[in-house]
Amino acid sequence: MEWEIVIGLEVHVQLATKSKLFSGASTQFGAAPNTQACAIDLAMPGTLPVPNEEAFRFAAMFGLAMNAEIGRRSVFERKNYFYPDLPKGYQTTQLAEPIVGPGEIEIHLEDGSSKTVRLHHAHLEEDAGKSLHEDFHGMSGIDLNRAGTPLIEIVSEPDMRSAAEAVAYLKKIHSIVTYLGISDGDMSQGSMRCDANVSVRLKGEEKLGTRTELKNINSFRFVERAIKVEAERQIDILEDGGSIVQETRLYDADKNETRSMRSKEVANDYRYFPCPDLLPVVLTDDYVEKLRTELPELPDAKAARFRDEYKLSAYDADLLTQERASADYFETAAKKSGEAKLAANWMTGELAALLNREELSIEQSPVSAEQLAGLILRIKDNTISSKIAKQVFDAMAKGEGDADQVIEKRGLKQVSDTGAIEKMVDDVIAANAAQVENYRSADEAKRPKMMGFFVGQIMKASKGQGNPQLINKILKEKLDALL
Amino acid sequence: MAVDTQTVEKLAELARIAISTETIEEVSTRLGDVLQLVDQLQAVSTEGVAPMAHPLDEEQVLRADEVSEPNRREEFLQLAPQSEEGLYLVPKVID
Amino acid sequence: MHQLTIAEIIRGLRDKQFSSVEITRHLLDRIQQLDGNYNSFITVTEELALAQATAADERLARGEAPPLCGVPIAHKDIFCTSGVRTSCGSKMLDNFVPPYDATVVENFNRAGAVTLGKTNMDEFAMGSSNETSYYGPVKNPWDTDCVPGGSSGGSAAAVAAQLAPGTTATDTGGSIRQPAALTNTTGLKPTYGRVSRWGMIAFASSLDQAGPIARNAEDAAYMLSVMAGHDAKDSTSLNRPLQDYTLNLNDSIAGLKIGVPKEYFGEGLNADTAARVQDALQEFEKLGAELVEVSLPHTGLAVPAYYVIAPAEASANLSRFDGVRYGHRCEDPQDLRDLYMRSRGEGFGDEVQRRILVGTYALSAGYYDAYYNKAQQVRRLIKQDFVQAFDKVDVIMGPTSPSPAFALGAKSADPVAMYLEDIYTIATNLAGLPGMSLPCGLVNNMPVGLQIIGNYLDEARMLNVAHQYQQVTDWHQQYAGSASAA
Repeated sequence: MEWEIVIGLEVHVQLATKSKLFSGASTQFGAAPNTQACAIDLAMPGTLPVPNEEAFRFAAMFGLAMNAEIGRRSVFERKNYFYPDLPKGYQTTQLAEPIVGPGEIEIHLEDGSSKTVRLHHAHLEEDAGKSLHEDFHGMSGIDLNRAGTPLIEIVSEPDMRSAAEAVAYLKKIHSIVTYLGISDGDMSQGSMRCDANVSVRLKGEEKLGTRTELKNINSFRFVERAIKVEAERQIDILEDGGSIVQETRLYDADKNETRSMRSKEVANDYRYFPCPDLLPVVLTDDYVEKLRTELPELPDAKAARFRDEYKLSAYDADLLTQERASADYFETAAKKSGEAKLAANWMTGELAALLNREELSIEQSPVSAEQLAGLILRIKDNTISSKIAKQVFDAMAKGEGDADQVIEKRGLKQVSDTGAIEKMVDDVIAANAAQVENYRSADEAKRPKMMGFFVGQIMKASKGQGNPQLINKILKEKLDALL
Repeated sequence: MAVDTQTVEKLAELARIAISTETIEEVSTRLGDVLQLVDQLQAVSTEGVAPMAHPLDEEQVLRADEVSEPNRREEFLQLAPQSEEGLYLVPKVID
Repeated sequence: MHQLTIAEIIRGLRDKQFSSVEITRHLLDRIQQLDGNYNSFITVTEELALAQATAADERLARGEAPPLCGVPIAHKDIFCTSGVRTSCGSKMLDNFVPPYDATVVENFNRAGAVTLGKTNMDEFAMGSSNETSYYGPVKNPWDTDCVPGGSSGGSAAAVAAQLAPGTTATDTGGSIRQPAALTNTTGLKPTYGRVSRWGMIAFASSLDQAGPIARNAEDAAYMLSVMAGHDAKDSTSLNRPLQDYTLNLNDSIAGLKIGVPKEYFGEGLNADTAARVQDALQEFEKLGAELVEVSLPHTGLAVPAYYVIAPAEASANLSRFDGVRYGHRCEDPQDLRDLYMRSRGEGFGDEVQRRILVGTYALSAGYYDAYYNKAQQVRRLIKQDFVQAFDKVDVIMGPTSPSPAFALGAKSADPVAMYLEDIYTIATNLAGLPGMSLPCGLVNNMPVGLQIIGNYLDEARMLNVAHQYQQVTDWHQQYAGSASAA
């Protein structure tokens, strides 16, 4: 039997507004508990919400980037349930008339293929506070700083067929929101959170299987693992003749398994109804069209331009445009060095390895785009070889300064002095009489390959700093003279 | 329309209001009276009538994105039945 | 001094007949002596009042005082008052001292008015008799065995008993007009959105509206001029120019077209009440107005629609009272559920609980369409009735309440009978229209109210119409006890 996995994602993205969705309290991350919870956020009696313009602008920008319909009229509703992190006893959200309607985006998979995923809708809503589980004499502490922070909840159609597709979709959403500058997209701080609806069915079957909802998965890696392990669980059950229970499950990263969240299974009835404290938000055509013209260049368009303008491979172009910061880094390095291909290679090679090793984002890179360009320029003008360049790069990463400073300080400048190189060539020839004899008696066709030995010795003698072209030229002249 | 005590229990659970077993009959009866009153609505045809959530057809005015609220934590926490280290305390939250 | 109207106090303060401190002191003493009979105040703010009065006298002496400067008033205990307990008539908020003012309160403070205290009310404004208050019922000054109406019973009784010349109040289904009618005072519920709801503890957000209760239309005009205005903190607040409602009071009302809805004079209306209202209508004819019969065919559906919409909104509005951040919390909660269930079970009274349960029912899965959605559709039909009527007439008049004040306890066991008290007032809340009640006679020495319903934002005209009537009648000058004393 061949099984097909069906996945739909609900992604919550915190919007990078300065103030909250319905109050003028700050949304800054990391403040002391409850210092950014004002009377409105605390649901003090008599307080009223007034929505944040920027949240609507951000949400509409997102909709436009997703090729979606923008709700010209959107309505907030109340979703009623009791929880200590929800001060009003209801969440103000959108249901029947959301800000973003149906749309679609293209996702790019590692094998180079692409696929379209449909967006069901995206709506604006307020975030909840946090329950802290440290023990306060057997009680929980409630911090409401996050309560009221604007979120967009992005709901996809069940269009994804593998964990890899789900990750690609999530990365695409991440890349769009960061390109737009509407969210920092930081999953570790909870700026982006993901719920996955997972079901399986026999290949060829049209009807969807019973789904489970995986809650709050907080990294790309966990999304992939959680979906895989949940799909396997479902397949095992079905193959044993069992059936799937529709429920909410939690992914346990330590055990790499999902488990039922029975506490959330109490039948809930959210009793949605239009929030009477808020009026319909109307966005005019002019407003939406103006926003459309102001949208920044988005990842797909940028990748196409990189292929065209910088002659990058499709793979490199996709890789470098996934994050706006890396695309910006690339363009700076490419422009300042005039060597786009080299810049791309350095970024996907040495720089990526460095950032990965140090667990840094590109914004935190110890080597700036300008510095990388400076390094490439020195390779280009033969001041250093590619091999020495790696040494210079490592030194820059340690904060030893720009390429020129490192080269100068460490004396890494390539030796292009003919006299010095001739001396080294003579020394090596003199010290390796046997190899010279072999060279002389060898077939002409085999000689170029045999030169490698001598070059290696000379490079070693020059501590890698000898100009390879010059070495080759002088060596060949001197060896040929011995024939 | 009569409301059975089971329905009242379900509503009380949703609304998080403890109702004692002694009064639940009374509450059910009264609730039934009110629902009988509102059931008069069913007599009128409202086909094609758009529901009206607000008395006036006004549009929402949005607020500029500015931080305008200072930290008043201590004033607000004073109102709390139980708090510690700047946090509101509640019986253990189990996820 | 307690018999003075606001207009007379304004003149007296400027003519230096008395100071704000003097009249404030006098009223505070009077409240202390007499309010034991009426229970119209929950909190008396003596210190605050005297400090405000002192400041007002200084401002008056400098000659830069706005009209209401130094005038003592009282606020319904639904308006948040910074540093003063705001209970909303509930055990839930018995210990709640907000660190902020309602916009209405702020407006009066800025105008230099003096706050005598906070008036009693039905719990969370849910009631028509002021018997659901945690602080005990308010007694009608005209007959202390009778209710003063509700939910603004304390605000109405305080004016009727001459403990305050004017009070603030709120009206969700008749809570200003019905108690005004039952206590021989003049009360006005403005157009929805005319007065900010910020800091006013919500009952049903799409229906709640604040307004004044005073001795006459002129005083109500003075108060409304201070209360009304756009407030960016309330999304439903109307952004329309400020108005001085006292400017048009003396305009002639000759040619005024008064709509008289036949549905307001049908079954259920007390015959004597009907007669007093008819007398008033004839008085308007003498003033040159024309009576036009109109029909509001969906009148009978207003109460049913209201008892879906208001409880539905209330059920969510009152969820914030959960014993976590403020308000009543039960002893030793066993777990989170227990904390919620008992805090709310203990903190809310029967009527509030009942309405929360009704609202929860109306919004719950499977019932939303039949109840909530249906009620919102009927609401539109009700509004359309009025819109059509106002094509033909300038104002609509009828009774405020089906009968005069009833005895304490008479209807408290039967919620539905109580709900029908508001049968003539509820529709204007559903439609968002302004309405007012003014004294138009007595039945067995108990007051009867005439209701005036105006078109949207037509408060100035309503006040003008009411004032003209009060120039030729003296019902509003009858004071509680004055008839029996006479």
